[in-house]
Amino acid sequence: MTATRTELVPFDAALETYDPAMGLEVHVELNTASKMFCGCSTVFGAEPNTQVCPTCLGLPGALPVVNGKAVESAIRIGLALNCSIAPWSRFARKNYFYPDMPKNFQTSQYDEPIAYDGWTEVTVETDEGPRVFRIDIERAHMEEDTGKSLHVGGSTGRIHGADHSLVDYNRAGIPLIEVVTKPILGAGKYAPLVARAYVASLRELVKALDVSDARMEQGSMRCDVNLSLAPSGSDVLGTRSETKNVNSLRSVERAVRYEVERHAGILDAGQKVVQETRHWHEDTGVTTSGREKSDAEDYRYFPEPDLVPVAPSDAWVEELRATLPEPPAERRARLQAEWGYSDLEMRDVVGAGAIDLIEATISAGATPTAARKWWLGDLARRANDTATPIDELGVTPTQVAEVQALVDAKRINDKLARQVFDGLVAGEGTPEEIVAARGLEVVSDDGALAAAVDRAIEANPDVADKIRDGKVAAAGALIGAVMKDMRGQADAGRVRELIIEKLS
Amino acid sequence: MSTIRLSAAEIAEKLAAGEVSSAEVTQDHLDRIAAVDGDVNAFLALDGEGALETARDVDARRAAGETLHPLAGVPIAVKDVVATEGIVTTAGSRILEGWVPPYDAFLTRRLRAAGLPILGKTNMDEFAMGSSTEHSAYGPTHNPWDLDRIPGGSGGGSAAAVGAYEAPLAIGTDTGGSIRQPAAVTGTVGVKPTYGGVSRYGLIALASSLDQAGPVTRSVLDAALLHELIGGHDPLDSTSIDAPVPPVVEAARRADVSGLRIGIVRELGGEGYQAGVRARFDEAVTLLTKAGAEIVEVSCPSFEYALSTYYLILPAEASSNLAKFDAMRYGLRVGPHGVADPSAEQVMAATREAGFGDEVKRRIIIGTYALSSGYYDAYYGSAQKVRTLIAQDFARAFEQVDVLISPTSPTTAFRLGSKLDDPMSMYLQDVATIPANLAGIPGLSLPVGVAEEDGLPVGLQVLAPAMADDRLYNVGAALERLLLEQWGAPLLSKAPELATKEATK
Ligand SMILES: [Zn+2]
Repeated sequence: MTATRTELVPFDAALETYDPAMGLEVHVELNTASKMFCGCSTVFGAEPNTQVCPTCLGLPGALPVVNGKAVESAIRIGLALNCSIAPWSRFARKNYFYPDMPKNFQTSQYDEPIAYDGWTEVTVETDEGPRVFRIDIERAHMEEDTGKSLHVGGSTGRIHGADHSLVDYNRAGIPLIEVVTKPILGAGKYAPLVARAYVASLRELVKALDVSDARMEQGSMRCDVNLSLAPSGSDVLGTRSETKNVNSLRSVERAVRYEVERHAGILDAGQKVVQETRHWHEDTGVTTSGREKSDAEDYRYFPEPDLVPVAPSDAWVEELRATLPEPPAERRARLQAEWGYSDLEMRDVVGAGAIDLIEATISAGATPTAARKWWLGDLARRANDTATPIDELGVTPTQVAEVQALVDAKRINDKLARQVFDGLVAGEGTPEEIVAARGLEVVSDDGALAAAVDRAIEANPDVADKIRDGKVAAAGALIGAVMKDMRGQADAGRVRELIIEKLS
Repeated sequence: MSTIRLSAAEIAEKLAAGEVSSAEVTQDHLDRIAAVDGDVNAFLALDGEGALETARDVDARRAAGETLHPLAGVPIAVKDVVATEGIVTTAGSRILEGWVPPYDAFLTRRLRAAGLPILGKTNMDEFAMGSSTEHSAYGPTHNPWDLDRIPGGSGGGSAAAVGAYEAPLAIGTDTGGSIRQPAAVTGTVGVKPTYGGVSRYGLIALASSLDQAGPVTRSVLDAALLHELIGGHDPLDSTSIDAPVPPVVEAARRADVSGLRIGIVRELGGEGYQAGVRARFDEAVTLLTKAGAEIVEVSCPSFEYALSTYYLILPAEASSNLAKFDAMRYGLRVGPHGVADPSAEQVMAATREAGFGDEVKRRIIIGTYALSSGYYDAYYGSAQKVRTLIAQDFARAFEQVDVLISPTSPTTAFRLGSKLDDPMSMYLQDVATIPANLAGIPGLSLPVGVAEEDGLPVGLQVLAPAMADDRLYNVGAALERLLLEQWGAPLLSKAPELATKEATK
């Protein structure tokens, strides 16, 4: 009997009875210029079937040749995940029929992956504060992507109910690295957060290595979530489900949570979890059954006879090891200490994806406080409002440092600075040019300021009296009036001094 | 005076001397094809116009004083398993009927660059699976020696084309003997180079770890000239050897066996070999001895398992290589009968059912089984181990001798249809040729006479260590010269004349 429909068990209740075990398989699309086994371009978004050749179309007679750059990327990912690099590894054919697979086998790696036995660490906020979880890496291997099917007609965009299907082979043969964890045990109720943190750290890592764009929304990084539950304290793993294509960090967290609730429901009802692949639905936050994984599914792997083994020399591996950037976690800790940010501030910076921007802004002369103020304030808001990645706003770290220098020189104030950013986003030139063109410079002529102060006192006699009586706090209203009169282009500090001078 | 009975080397000389033009030579061969191929059926596709265009271009370049490749202007036939841009390429299968490749195989590019007019594509067992050409989806090729007999396979078309003077040169491919066995049964010369010696780029794969393209000719020197042209490194084939082509032409001209140690493999001969085959082989051994070679008997005990090893590795690789024929991108597309809205999977299944012949299906099923989880170790895994043992047998043998010799095939050409219902006896045709493919070493077959009992040609096979292809040519050419001295004329001149039809121009 297979489970059909059971109630979900609320997450917290499920964790009272069961321990979750997770396995995460992440496919990372490499940013090499050409495909895994041919010279075709890998640029995203080209006209369908324009980046193809006999090899990636699987034409009779065509042969593959390994892309050396992809091997290099694979080794660097392996090293960054503390893996051993195989001195000798082979490709294998994974045989199955599917219309978007040109050869009806995928050239992948099977029992001889290029990188194996690694680990990484992620930090998750728990009730007792930050806690480090170690994730063991089973393997990282190279393979080629499939083409992409587009199902036309029907309501779901899925193959069932479609009128016809189109296949775009531009993606066929793009190099992928699949990183597979060992079962992640002992995360308990933090399992969803650990899964999310792991995928986030992997994304950060491949970006730091500059081997992938890792854009989950474009599918250049895709995650499969394996989950099983076992009765608390048991050391036997339960039957797992494999949820495919969970393609955002938030979804990774939600999918783990949902599957825990679903598995617990099935187990509580005395039924058996079916070993199957499941689809994740971003909109409704649920998984639904895909195909059942039975023993009949047999990929008939065998070593790819069209390719020779990949045998990286020790010297090459060591050369690549030397190119590894500082591990992201270490770098974050170092920068946080250097910049003097609190844990909370640092988390916000990382969350906003602004760590590189702030580092560059500081090295262009701004203080850590000022750099954070702009990037997490006005600029983060703009990015959010316009749904633009923060590093694509059109404002560079150097410009931010220049704007801050203008503020420090009291030539503009923070409010005027925002108008400078408007100008930068609109491409009006350098901060200096924008200040000049827009006439934003603060009026520092005491004569003009004094006249404006006099006008404000005359217009607000009541307020002036209060200040004369020693209620200095009332000066704010007069400052506001002066600033308005000066269209914001005044140094509020100097205005305040002039008001107190005149009324004391 | 027609040029069809000249060797490629002789045609090349006459072309260089301006005694004849490539256009004339090419037309002679097109006329011969028109006259006899209705009976022989060596060709699946002809490209007379393309061939003549190449010929005229070569003639013009020669007239302009350009330095040309020695074989420039010598026409050639190409096995239909080789991709030829603009010329239909089917691999003898219904599933590729009408497929025109958008690209050239490596060796096709070499032929075109050197200016060899491509006459057409030759018949073969479907996807090179067979030893008789009877598994072609387009009807069998007939042996020019006796039209009721098989021309060997899978490259029966190439061998018959050369044997029937329809082409002076042809390209074959050899996965388990598909160049050498057809050469043996048609009285022609065929060479399987060292694995990786000729690029596989553009050869429709049967078994990737065994396939190798090579020359099919009427003389050892012609084979060497063609081998030299198509050999060498190709960065688009990862298994291509990055080394110069061995000095094959020089070896074919040297033709001297004095002082050589020649091994006879005990396991490749004797029982199961036709009396006439054994007699001609023994006479050849005597000739070699007289010419100063030292004959040594060697044993290769693992060869006993070569055939069964081959029939696991080949179907396994083929089952995967042939998966791409799915009606999605090219070739035949058949809708399932009585299904209104078929799924892609149903179309794939119906197309493969209709497009593949029985022998292909048989091997796909065997291969799929051999790779299945739970059977992999017992079948494919064990076969790979035996393969290593066979290579070790060769390595030990080559410590004692320079080359090995054996009959190429246990029998002469059998009658069409006589073994179709008995796959095992068909497979046994390749018992002597298969070990070389499993070990990746080169082999050559040349005619050594006809069997008394049926008057049909017998072939002798020479085997050498990997990348020592030149030894094949040295020994082959020496034996060829000794035999020619005896016969006074090439063996093929003893073949009965084919009935000719008036060429329609
Ligand atoms: Zn390509």
